[in-house]
Amino acid sequence: MADLRDMYQEVILEHAKAPRNYRALETPDRKAEGFNPLCGDRCTIYLMMQGDVIDDISFQGSGCAISRASASMMTQSLKGKTTREAEELFQNFHNMVTGRNHHDQEAQMGKLAALAGVSAFPTRVKCATLAWHTLQAALHDEREGERKGEREPITTE
Amino acid sequence: MSTQTLSVHQPGAAIDAVDFNVEKVRADFPVLRERIYGRPLIYLDNAATSQKPDAVIEAITHYYRHDNANIHRGVHLLSQRATESYETAREKVRSFLHAADAREIVFVRGATEGINLIAQTYGRTHVGAGDEVLITAMEHHSNIVPWQILCEEKGAFLRVAPINDRGELLLDEMKALLGPRTKLVAIAQVSNALGTINPIKQIVRMAHEKNVPVLVDGAQATPHLSVDVQDLDCDFYVFSGHKIYGPTGIGVLYGKAALLEAMPPYQGGGDMISSVTFEKTIYNKVPHKFEAGTPHIAGVIGLGAAIDYLEKLGINAIGAHEQQLLEYATERVRAIPGVRLIGTARHKAGALSFVMDSIHPHDIGTILDQEGIAVRTGHHCAQPVMDRFGIPATVRASFGLYNTKDEIDSLVQGIEKVKEILG
Repeated sequence: MADLRDMYQEVILEHAKAPRNYRALETPDRKAEGFNPLCGDRCTIYLMMQGDVIDDISFQGSGCAISRASASMMTQSLKGKTTREAEELFQNFHNMVTGRNHHDQEAQMGKLAALAGVSAFPTRVKCATLAWHTLQAALHDEREGERKGEREPITTE
Repeated sequence: MSTQTLSVHQPGAAIDAVDFNVEKVRADFPVLRERIYGRPLIYLDNAATSQKPDAVIEAITHYYRHDNANIHRGVHLLSQRATESYETAREKVRSFLHAADAREIVFVRGATEGINLIAQTYGRTHVGAGDEVLITAMEHHSNIVPWQILCEEKGAFLRVAPINDRGELLLDEMKALLGPRTKLVAIAQVSNALGTINPIKQIVRMAHEKNVPVLVDGAQATPHLSVDVQDLDCDFYVFSGHKIYGPTGIGVLYGKAALLEAMPPYQGGGDMISSVTFEKTIYNKVPHKFEAGTPHIAGVIGLGAAIDYLEKLGINAIGAHEQQLLEYATERVRAIPGVRLIGTARHKAGALSFVMDSIHPHDIGTILDQEGIAVRTGHHCAQPVMDRFGIPATVRASFGLYNTKDEIDSLVQGIEKVKEILG
C-alpha cells in the first residue's frame, strides 16, 4: 500500500501526535471556529496581527491525523506572512491536495508538500483543508475576537 | 428478556443457523463479486444500506420491461398488472410486520419520511403549547429533528429519556418522564450507532398505561428481527426498504387503522382523493389518503421482492446467523489492545461501534478501505449519542446476512494494520 504511506508519512504522524502551536491565544485579534459535519472534526484558529502581517497563530480542536497535522503545519508556515501571502499559499495548498498542482509548484510549498499524498484520497481532502478554511474565515472577519459566539462555525460543506 | 429479542434466541433459531448456507446466499448478491483496490469487497456497512440480491434487481427490471404503467386508474391491462403488483407488495409488507390489515400499510420514501408524516399529521393535531414529546438519548437524527420542528412550531417540549454507560435505556427514568403532558413517545427498536435492542413491548405497555401512543423506528430492527406490530402493540412503526435488501427511496409507515383514519392528510394531490370540486374535496380512504401522487411503484415492487427473499431464507435464521457474527466480532475486536467498544448493551443486534486510543475513526476507515473493508466512520447521524460517550465519532462495523466469520477475521487484521501504520 504505497499510497497509504504517501499520505501517512512520518512527518505527518509526528505533527499529528505533537502538534505545534496547539494552544489558545489569550487575546487574539481574530478568531474563527471550523467544523466538518461529515466527521465531527472541529478546529479553532487564533490570530495575532501586526498590521497586515500574521505575528502569531495557534489552533485547538479535535480531529483525525490529517486534520491535526495539516493545522499544525499550517501554523508553522504562516508566521510572518502577509494576508495576501497566506491566501496564495492556501490556493496552492488546495490545488496540491486536490491534485491540480504541477510538481514544480509543490517544490515551493516547503514542508506543506508532505500533505500532497492526500490527493490520492478524495474523501480526505476536507480533513486537510479544514484548518485553512477556518483561517480564511478568521482573516476575513476582523476583530472577531471581540464578537466571539455571534457567528456559526465555518463548515467544510 | 423482551419479546422482540426472542426471535434471535429461540432454540429453533439456532438449528436454522446451522442450516444457513452463507456461501450459497452470497452468490445471490452480484456486488459482492466487486474487487476494491484489487481485493475482495468486505462490506460491513449494512446499517447504512444493504446490498441487493438478484431477485430484487430482477423484480424492478421486470416491472420496467414488462408491466410499467400508472396504478389505480387505467382500464388497460398494463395498469391492471402494475396495480396488482403494487397492492400485492402491500399485502407482503402487512404479513412481514404481522399487521392486522393491509389498509394499515402506507408507502413512504423511507423511515425518515414516515416519522415526518406522523409529526406533521398526528403530531400537529395532538401536540399543543406546553405539551411534550418523549424520545430517547440513542435516537438517530431522523427521530429527533422532526419532533424539534413540531415542538418549535407548537411551543411544546422535547423530553429525552437517558441511557447508561452500556448504551441501555434507563426505563425507570423513562417512566418518570411520562407525564400528563406527554402526547407521544418516539423510540428506535434498535439503535443505529450502538446496536442496542430496546424492550419495545414493555415501553409500549408503560406508555399505554398513561394513554400515550408510541411510534417505533424500526429502520435498524427489520433487517435482523422478526417484527410483530400487533404483539408489540405499538401505534406506529416505520422502516426503510433499502436496509432490508430492497431499493432506496421506498419505506413503510404502519399505523393502527383507527389512528390513520382520524389523521389529516400529509400531502395533497392525485390518488389521495375520492372527489375534488373547487368547493370541497373528499379524501380517499386509508392508506391511499397518505399516498398523494404517483408513488415509487418500482420501489414498492422491489421491496416486495426483498421481503420474499428474506422470508425464503427465514428471518429467524438470518437473525441467528447475524447474532453469531456480532458475538464473534465483539469477542475478537474487544480483545485488541487499545480498542474500546461503544455500546455494550446486553441485548444487541447488527452493529459493533468502537474507538481506538489516540487514533481517529476517520484514519481507521481510510486504512480499512485500502484493505477492501467498508465500514462507517463518523457520528452515524446520532451526534447526541457521541456527546453522551464524550467522543466525536466511532468506527462502526455492521453485519448483514451475507457476512462471514472470515470477513471478521479480515477486519481484525485490518485493525492490526491500522495500529502498525498509525500506532
